[in-house]
This record gives sequence, C-alpha cells and structure tokens, in this order.
Amino acid sequence: MKHLWTRASASLGRSGMLSAAFLVVVLVAAVAASLVAPADPNQQSLLDAYSGPSGAHLLGTDGIGRDILSRLVFGARTSLLGPALVVGVSLLIGIPLALAASWYGGWVDGVVARVFDLVYALPGLLLAVLTVALFGPGLTPAVAALSVAYVPFLARIVRAAARQQRVSPYVDALSVQGFGVLRISGRHILRNIAPVVVGQAAIAFGYALLDLASLSYLGLAVQAPTSDWGVMVSDSDALIKGYWLPVIAPGVLIVLTVLALTVLGARISGEKPPGYLRRSRRAAAAVKEKSTVGAAA
Amino acid sequence: MSADAPAVPLLELTGLTVDFTTEDGVSRTLLDGVDLSLAPGEALGLVGESGSGKSMTVRAITRLLPRAATASGTIRFEGADVGAMDAGALRGYRDGGVGLVFQDPRAHINPTRKIGAFLTEALVRNRHLGKKEALARAEAVLAEVGIDDPARRLRQYPHEVSGGMLQRVMIASVLLAEPRLILADEPTTALDVTIQREVVGILDRLRRDRGMGMVFITHDLDLALAVCGRVAVMYAGRIVELRSAETLHERAAHPYTLGLLGSRPAIDERSERLSAILGRPVSAFEAGPGCAFAPRCSFATETCETTPPPLTEFDGGLVRCGRVEEIHAHRKSEEANA
Amino acid sequence: MGRLLLHRLGGLLTTLFLSSIVIFGSLYLAPGSPENVLFGNRQPTPEARLMVRHRLHLDQPLPVRYWDWLTGVLHGDLGTSMVTGQPVADRIGAGLGNTLILVLMTMIIVVLVGMGAGLAAALLPGRVDGAVSMLTSVSVTVPPFVASTLLISVFAVRLGWFPASGLGDGVAGKIQGLILPACAMALISCGFLARVTRNAVREQVEREHVQTALVRGLPRSAVLRSHVLRNALPPIITAVGLLTAGTFASTLVVESAFAVPGIGQLTIQSVAQKDFPVVQAVALLLVGAFVLCNAASDLIQAVVDPRLREAGSTS
Repeated sequence: MKHLWTRASASLGRSGMLSAAFLVVVLVAAVAASLVAPADPNQQSLLDAYSGPSGAHLLGTDGIGRDILSRLVFGARTSLLGPALVVGVSLLIGIPLALAASWYGGWVDGVVARVFDLVYALPGLLLAVLTVALFGPGLTPAVAALSVAYVPFLARIVRAAARQQRVSPYVDALSVQGFGVLRISGRHILRNIAPVVVGQAAIAFGYALLDLASLSYLGLAVQAPTSDWGVMVSDSDALIKGYWLPVIAPGVLIVLTVLALTVLGARISGEKPPGYLRRSRRAAAAVKEKSTVGAAA
Repeated sequence: MSADAPAVPLLELTGLTVDFTTEDGVSRTLLDGVDLSLAPGEALGLVGESGSGKSMTVRAITRLLPRAATASGTIRFEGADVGAMDAGALRGYRDGGVGLVFQDPRAHINPTRKIGAFLTEALVRNRHLGKKEALARAEAVLAEVGIDDPARRLRQYPHEVSGGMLQRVMIASVLLAEPRLILADEPTTALDVTIQREVVGILDRLRRDRGMGMVFITHDLDLALAVCGRVAVMYAGRIVELRSAETLHERAAHPYTLGLLGSRPAIDERSERLSAILGRPVSAFEAGPGCAFAPRCSFATETCETTPPPLTEFDGGLVRCGRVEEIHAHRKSEEANA
Repeated sequence: MGRLLLHRLGGLLTTLFLSSIVIFGSLYLAPGSPENVLFGNRQPTPEARLMVRHRLHLDQPLPVRYWDWLTGVLHGDLGTSMVTGQPVADRIGAGLGNTLILVLMTMIIVVLVGMGAGLAAALLPGRVDGAVSMLTSVSVTVPPFVASTLLISVFAVRLGWFPASGLGDGVAGKIQGLILPACAMALISCGFLARVTRNAVREQVEREHVQTALVRGLPRSAVLRSHVLRNALPPIITAVGLLTAGTFASTLVVESAFAVPGIGQLTIQSVAQKDFPVVQAVALLLVGAFVLCNAASDLIQAVVDPRLREAGSTS
C-alpha cells in the first residue's frame, strides 16, 4: 500500500495528487450521499427560504428553504453519473474502431477517419439539443447524443497511440509468434497505451460534465426537482434577487471538479505540467533550452 | 598563441568557457578555456567529434547561446569586446561583422517567405536599401554562388528548391552582408556527398576573393585541411592541438589528432598502423580531473588521469598532452625501425 | 490555391448535404408524430388527423418530403413555424443579426485578450508566464453558463451596470445588452486561445530560422513580427476557427441565460415547443456556421503558409 502511494505521488506530482484527492472526496460524497448530507435535499421549509450560511445550513438554503449543501452532495450523483456513462459508452464504441483502424490501416482507416470527421463537424451540444428535440428532455437522450459526439475525440487519441505501437518491434515479434489481432491489440497494445487512454478519458469526463451541466441548466437533461449542479445554477430567481450562494456554489463546484479532472488527466497521460506547477522555474527553463541545444548541435 | 598572429587580430578568444545549467540546476561545462586568434582574411578550421564544443564556440562568438548557458572569458572582434556590446552595437556586429552559415538550411531559412524576401531582408532593414536595388544585388550574388536562373529562384519558396541549392542561398545571404568574418558551422553535413565539395569550393573561393576571414567547423579533418590555413582540433571542450594545415599531416603530435588521421580511410601506407579511436567521445563535463582524452588514449598513464596537461608549444604548433615528447620519440624510433 | 479552394468548397457542401439528410431524416423519424404538436392535449378525430397530415405533407414518402424541403431551402423558403404560423425565415431573420453581433463581439474579445495573454506568456517567461498559465488553466474549465451567472450576479444585479436579461433599444442598447453574454462566452475561449498562442509562439521562438534572423542583426521587433508571429499563425488561426464554431454552439446556452432574442434562444424555445421546421432550419444554420468556420481557417492558413497551398490533400 505504501509502495503504491509513493509510486502514485511520484508520477502524478503534487498537483495531480491534490486533484485526485479532491475527486475522491466528491466521489465518496456522491456514493454515500445519504450518510454525508446533513439534510434531505428535497425537504422544503418556506420559513427558512434564502437563509444565509448558519450552523443548521452550512451553505444556507434556496428559495424554498432546501439545504444547499445537501443538494450539492446529492447533486454529485447525477452530475457524475451522466459524464461517466458518456465516457464509458464512447470508449466502448471508440476503442474497437480505433484499434481496427490502426491495425488494418488502408481503407478501414480511411472510412473510420471520414466518419469521425463528419461527427466532429457537429458540436456535441447541438447534437444533444437535437436529440432532446426528438425524444424529449431527459438525461438518457442527452447522454446518448454526447456519447456519440465524444467518440471521435477519444478514438482519434487511441488510434494515434495504437498506431505508434503497431509499428514497434514487439508487435512484429508477437505477430511472428502467431498471436492474432485480437490478442495483440486487446492485451498488449491496449495495455501499453492505457495511460494515455485513461488520461484523455479523464479530460473527456470533465468536458462531458460541462456539456451535461449546460444541458441541465437549459432544462433539457436532468429535470428540475432533482438535485443536480447544472439545474441548481439555473435558479434565476435566486440570482435576480441577489442571493448568490445557491447559484454560485454549484457553479464553483463544477469548475473545481472539471479543473481537477483536466489536471489529473494531463498528468496520467504523461504531459508535463505547466511551469507554475513545477517545483523550480529555472529547471523548467533549462528543459526547454536543452531541446534547442540538442537541435542545434 | 602561434607566432603568425598579427597585432590586431580579426577575432580573439581568451579563456572562453561556456557553462550550461541542466534541468536539475547542475552546472555543466561545455567549453573550457578556449584561446584562439584569427587574422583578417585568414581561415581557421575547428575540428572535432560531436560534443567537442565546436558549435558552442560559434554560438558564443555570435552571442547566440541558449538562455541556460553562460559564457565567461573574452571574445574580441577587431579589438571590441563582444560580450560588452549593447543591443545596438551587437546588431551592427551581427549585421556586417560576422556572418553565420548554418548546418541545416532547411531549418534555418523561414519556410513561409520567398527566397527573395530572405535574401533582401537584412539589406532593406539594416542598410536601408530600396527593395529593387536589394533584389538586383541578391540576383547577382545568387549567380555567383552558381545558381541558374536566379531571378526565378528569388520568387520561389524554400520548399521548392533542393537542399544543395538552399545552402547556396544561405551562403549568398551571408556574402550579401559582406561581413569581415564568416562562421561556417558544418555547412555541408546536411547535404548529399556529391555536392558537398562543390558547395565548400564555392564558399572558399568567394571568401578568398572578398578577403573575408573564416572559422570553418567540421568533423571532417580532410575538408578542414583543404580550405583552411590553420586547424584547431577540439576534444571535450578544449583545444588539444593547433597547427598549420600544411604541417598537420607530418607533425600531428596529439594522440587524438593521430587517431583522427588514422580513423579516416587509409590513403597512404603510413596511416595503416594507426588504429581508429576506441570508445565514445565525451563532453567537457564528463571528463575526469586529468586529461579528457586519457580514457581512450593508448598511451595514457596514471598521471594522465589525474593531472590536466597544459597547451604547450611543440614542433611548431600547440599540443595539449603531458607525454607528447615521449610519444613523439617513441613514434620516431618505431618509424626508424620500420 | 484555386484547387485547394475548390477542394474545401466541395467538402463543405458534402458535409452540409449529409448533415441536412441526418437532421431532416431524424426529426421525422422521431417518436410522436409532428402533427401531435398542433393538437396539443386534444384527441383529434382520425379524419382531422389525416387532414393535418396531408396539409403538412406528412402522407408523402420521406425522400419526396426531403426533396421538397431542400428545393424550398434553396429558394429561401424554410417552411412555416408550427407554433406561430410565421415563415421560419422570418423568425430566423429576426434573431440572426443579434447572434452574429454577439459572436463577433465574443471573438473580438477572445482574439484581443487570448492572443495578448498568450503572447505575453510566451515572450516573458517566469512570473508572467506562470500567472497566465494558471489563469488559463482555470478559465478553460468555466463553462459559459457558470460564467453567465457570475457576471449577472456581479455586474447586473449587484452593480446594475448592464441589464440582466434582454436587449435595450437602439444600437447602443443592443451593444450594452450583449457585452455580458459576449464576456460569458469569451472566458473559456480566451483560455484556449492563450494556451495555443503561447505554445505556438514558444515553439517558433526556439526555431532555427529565428536564430538566423537574429544573427543577421535584424531588430528584435522585426524578427518577432515577420518570423516568430507570422510562422506561429497557422495553429492560432485553426484555434480561432474552432473557437468561433464553438461560440455558435454556446449561443444556445448564453442567449437563453441572458434572454437575448437570437438564434440560440430560438433553437432552445423551438426544441421545447417541438416546432420541428424551426429546429431543422436553425440546426442546419448552426452546422453551416460550424463547417464554414473550419473551412475558412484552412484557407487562411494556406495564405499564411505556402507549403499548405499545393496540398489538395490537406484533409
């Protein structure tokens, strides 16, 4: 356990570990919502409407006296479930397509690339709005539409990474030993590109969260009485009356969660952290200069 | 310094040292106390393997060192201290003082602009020439470096011409500025073998015609001997031997120079008994406390590993070897026995 | 250059054509027939239903209906709104201007602030770079709807500088009403563009040809302008194209948040009302804007970088 810890902190760095810790807290809150939340998220109490932060309501209440903190905790469930489904389904569709494209190349690759281009031409948000127009508002149509829209993003990354593996000697060696496509792709290539895939999936998770929250905000995905961060931000009544906490708190939580996901995703897929996250700025400068010297020599 | 250096040299390096700060903040020496002097119109060869510090020397001379690298010691160009120049003086020095021919013209010429724009840019900006006049000059120089149909080339983009032609364009750009000193950093390494000689020939001829000095950097000792009056052999950031090109074959004294002569394909019988140099070249910071070449030297003793030898006069040149006398005597006796 | 133009134009039309089929086809394959929208909660008699289906041409086969619609679109007839009975073209025309001004304002902010910050970060390593990187990391995670609520709560409700919803009268009122929505959309894009600009300029600064320019004694400003910036443009242009396209998508959210009478708000309203002819036309318009932005950025890139001109195979 201790070994795992040191290895994780070494590869994720301080920012990555901090992000991971934050995400774990959010996840635990979502799973154990009924244990963690101080109150029933739907318990109305008109006498307590728009009460500021207090001992009874740590983040205050909304216009009909519901406890904000409890709604945030329960809202984590729908807010995280949607993007998890989007990324999961996208990967299920995208990985086989990408592996096939990278393995066979040629016309298979060409066709897959064309289809991706076409889907890429449609913004995910628009695709989701159209789907909602067809099937009516709800989390399911929104998730289905975004799952399709996110396939090209993830599959392109998998394809590029798998392509690199495809031409490396160990794949030839396995081929010569008579291992089949499925075994080599499924067991060896996939295992080697796992960090990139997981990292990019985390980043995609963040963006899917933003898109779904936007849809819920518009009233097209998660529906109103249900606790959801996007739905909570859409409380324009509170906003206009100048009670900012019921609206800003879920907004800040969305931003922090997505920030943690992008930072963690970048670290997992092996991108170097930007300068301000590194220990020594001088060291950062030296890395860059080294590459120029290498190019010049 | 060698005796033939005149009173006011074109270029004079004294104790030039370049340190590089690595990722972990460790300081590493790439160039260690280089002394050199160049007379106006003279050509000097700088020969060594990669990592020997020859490219760093050129970068230090033009103040083009990467930010993580710092230079110490002095560089004087026509008596002026290059390190102390302000931005304006530095621009003047780079404009008409030195011209640099880079190794890879493909990377060193902006790919998004026409060849004509590349050639005339400095003339228009620094010399305030009219566009037409500048283009006419560029056309003339292109013809001089052996490019057919120069007017058409001026309208082409770099990716539309061959590497050999692009290197001639690079040489033309340097000649256009009429500098007193040309620095040529492995100008032919990126080219096909068949056109290497041709390009070097053009560079050599045109520089002589114009009386420009040149520092010619290469890992090819033969090439350096062909175009330079004197040759400095560098190893691990230091000069290990400096002598005139005519006498280097006969009088080479440093084991490393001997190795370089021996590692070429044999053209006469004498070089057959010298073996190629074993091991890999090291950079200055990898060298031990003693002679940097000692680990690869077949003559090395324990003293060589611990005591750094100075650069001393020997047989009409300068040699950095603690056992140079013994080795010389040993070789002479062997030759006599043969 | 001409061939590239044709190539891109062909690709553009193909994408538009395919999207129109997808959009048209899917909307009419939807569960719950379109005519139900007209009947609302009433139970129509079978005769009434048939009559309405005939009036909406729903009794004809799908390809015929698609063809009629397509020829109509090409003649400027986008159909009739099922909710208001107005021609769709009129409804779109009323909002198009607002949306275009909004997108233009957003992109002006994005280019000025995003590129400016990216340039500063690239050319001033250390503190400035660190500060910009930190700000961009955060700003790329702030979605337009969260930015909207933040801006409304501070500048509209607290300070009262701008209207919280709707547009004022006249050009000045319009601009004043669009400033907050533009800022809300610009925030996330500024972050992206700053990041792209920083990396592109950083990469070019370290390029060999920039050293050549420096070693020829050219002034720093000239080196920056005609070598560093010029060569860093292609990725920046691509990013601006993508971000403009994304901004069109963001109008769906932000126009709803600020009650701006534009295409985005019209789309969301029509979706809620199941007003299919309007949804169809607006969706196609947004896809068109998206595809056009990408094609335009490709062409501008070819103008900047001659190496991309001959390649008819840029796709």
